[in-house]
Amino acid sequence: MLSLAVGCSKDKSSQQQLTQQGNASSAHAYQGKLEPDDGQWIRPAKDLASLRYSTLDQINTGNVKNLKVAWTFSTGLDRGHEAAPLVVNNTMYIVTPWPNMLYALDLTQPGAPMKWQYNPRPSTSSKGVACCDVVNRGAAYADGKIFYNTLDNFTVAVDAEKGTEVWRTKLGDINRGESVTMAPLVVKDKVLVGNSGGEFGIRGWLTALDTKSGKVVWRAYHTGPDKDVLIGPNFHPYYPQDRGQDLGVKSWPPDAWKVGGAGMWGWISYDPETNLIFYGTANPGPWNAEMRPGQNKWAAGIFARDVDTGEAKWFYQYSPHDEFDYDAVNENLILDLPINGQTRKVLAHPERNGYFYIMDRTTGQVLSANPYGHITSTHGVDLKTGELQYVEEKKPRFGAVVRDICPAPPGVKDWQPSSFSPRTGWIYIPHQNLCMDEEDLDVNYIAGTPYVGTNTRMYAGPGGNEGRLTAWDPIQNKMVWELQEKFPVWSGTVTTAGDLVFYGTLEGWFKAVDAKTGNVLWQFKTGSGIIGQPISYRGPDGKQYIAVLSGVGGWVGAIVSGGLDARDPTAALGFANASRDLPKVTSKGGMLYVFSLP
Amino acid sequence: MSSLFRSGIFFFVFSLPAFAATLKVCADPDNLPYSDKAGAGFENRLAHVIGSGLHEQVQFVWARPRRGFVRERMNKGECDVLMSVPVGMRGVLVTKPYLRSSYVFVTRADRDLDISSFDDPQLKKLKIGVQTLDDEYAPPAQALGKRGMLTNIVGYEPFGKVPGKIVSDVANGKLDTAVVWGPLAGFYARRSRKKLRLTPVQPDHEGALPFAYDLAVGVAKNKPELVGRINQVLAEKHRAISLLLTSFGIPQLNSREVMEARR
Repeated sequence: MLSLAVGCSKDKSSQQQLTQQGNASSAHAYQGKLEPDDGQWIRPAKDLASLRYSTLDQINTGNVKNLKVAWTFSTGLDRGHEAAPLVVNNTMYIVTPWPNMLYALDLTQPGAPMKWQYNPRPSTSSKGVACCDVVNRGAAYADGKIFYNTLDNFTVAVDAEKGTEVWRTKLGDINRGESVTMAPLVVKDKVLVGNSGGEFGIRGWLTALDTKSGKVVWRAYHTGPDKDVLIGPNFHPYYPQDRGQDLGVKSWPPDAWKVGGAGMWGWISYDPETNLIFYGTANPGPWNAEMRPGQNKWAAGIFARDVDTGEAKWFYQYSPHDEFDYDAVNENLILDLPINGQTRKVLAHPERNGYFYIMDRTTGQVLSANPYGHITSTHGVDLKTGELQYVEEKKPRFGAVVRDICPAPPGVKDWQPSSFSPRTGWIYIPHQNLCMDEEDLDVNYIAGTPYVGTNTRMYAGPGGNEGRLTAWDPIQNKMVWELQEKFPVWSGTVTTAGDLVFYGTLEGWFKAVDAKTGNVLWQFKTGSGIIGQPISYRGPDGKQYIAVLSGVGGWVGAIVSGGLDARDPTAALGFANASRDLPKVTSKGGMLYVFSLP
Repeated sequence: MSSLFRSGIFFFVFSLPAFAATLKVCADPDNLPYSDKAGAGFENRLAHVIGSGLHEQVQFVWARPRRGFVRERMNKGECDVLMSVPVGMRGVLVTKPYLRSSYVFVTRADRDLDISSFDDPQLKKLKIGVQTLDDEYAPPAQALGKRGMLTNIVGYEPFGKVPGKIVSDVANGKLDTAVVWGPLAGFYARRSRKKLRLTPVQPDHEGALPFAYDLAVGVAKNKPELVGRINQVLAEKHRAISLLLTSFGIPQLNSREVMEARR
């Protein structure tokens, strides 16, 4: 692949570097249908297809340089802020990390004063079971209510106008290591929620609750017998390795499925045409793969389910017997793309294992899976069998030294969601370039007792910088341009009809990039590192606004928000080594920033 | 004036020995049998044995030795020594070992299970208590997991409010057995009303995974001169130390290194 460096931002302090394809792929306007845009932002992904595209074009490549802060709002919290703000009926809603406060801000008043706040009072002990900082990825609006999840496993419905609690339902148990960090998706009259805690021996599930009453309508487990997984006669996986009775039991050592992980803490998409939801399952547990020989279904794969009944339609396992913590919870963008002269109904999925999957969403067939980052842990995906080809010598073995495993456990991309522009036809992927070494066993001593730890150390892969923003052509299946950042790009992206892509960096820069060329046109330094999801909306005054939460944390930023020691390279499950310089360039503190043209 | 001045000098010289070298010992304020604030742990007692051998005054610095503790506190000069660290632990200097102990199977004597190996077929039917820690491997959990006995495991926190619970749950029948680090098992087994049996895990390692560890005094990196001096005290006082450990019920294995250190 020929690539050439063509330019840099004007800001010399930034490490970013732009790479464009030698024979640049040309933009191609999208021919598929799009959900109409009313200028609001009622769920983190904006539309049910998870495209995160705003049709607003007041702010564009020509005038974005004049973008200014319109107003701000402090959350007063110092943990990682991963949520997307919502905008509904001229009100903005913000969900914070633990203690999971919900704030309503009145957009019709100057400076957007607070209308009300709602405190769900989550349990303090839930902080101890969250693996990777006490984050929350946002809320969803439907039917006059704001729905979101608390770290201690409650789903709450709050009256959007008054801020009063309509119902709350407990879905899991912190004493079993369960927590909930994901943003729910509301489809028709159902709130869809999944659990986190693959590091703590949970059994993963996705649950549908009734929007009116909060009652559980169905729950689908991700391990165990078919009846628990809601697998029945209508289950037709594309590949033979996913067919058979009770694979959620048989692909594990005896009883290990009961603590097999496979939670669901990422994103769900919905296709009204087929009435199917699509979502990925998390890593199998325990983390140490030697303790769970077998394919470990239905972990690290994708389910298509009927939203009304939860019944599984198909499944595909991206990373069978996952050895590297390659959760499959990343977003699925629903698109109709011309492939080999035919319009195919597809899912576009930048997977943690490093391949960009284009799948037929009606059957679960993998149409293509090209690498969008540096990969040494696998050779590729066999498109005939659908199987991921592992590299034997890169498998972690207890007590052995294995070097240069790429991608590292956070993958080529983690939870941070990408966006799509129908004007270019490209997908804008915020992600990372991380490899790791698994070193000798290390004797540790905790509270008087000797333990043994494997030493995981993460570091930047080839090219040196740890972060990437990649524009990807899902038809030609290749990168169009790519920006580099010193640290992983752990924020989401949003794309607008002004041909802009917005994203944030861990240093705290919020940037606007030309969607066609990758040139940085504007940037603003916020108070803390950005791991939130930017949005674009139309205010009551008719103006376009861009909003994002700043506030470093999460797995990558725990070294700042959790005050971990930068000299312990194995802290934060090995991530601390990769982010050791982060405390030098940013500090913690949650703040909402809203931008507009003067 | 001058006499006052002289008496001042005199006072200063006289009281010097009290100020002279202090041995700062980091210890958990509430984690028996290791240490507690009342001085009732074997690490408290061992610290005084070593302090007197060094002719230094022991000063306890209360700290919970959790993850990152060595880097964040010990090597920043808060203390000079940790009383019991496994040989091979990174981040600290270590003396010669004074004790070799092992993970042990704890069972009730009246059940006569006689388990000493993870390959014992009886284990598959038993409820087994193990202390676990999220991203670290408790050696027994690793061994049980590899044999497909993950769901036999009942997890216990290593630093709960009641660290002896894993042992008392064997005594009261909630567990069939537990695989527990020797010093902890020995101390709480002694206090148990039901008679308990402790059997060291055999063999004492499995591939790269040890079940028995040599314990030594951990010394802060900025105090390298302390290592040789403490080694000398450990050799001189080995009988007293061994008796002290026995009085806490700590299972002691023979170790070539420990024996050599005593010479």
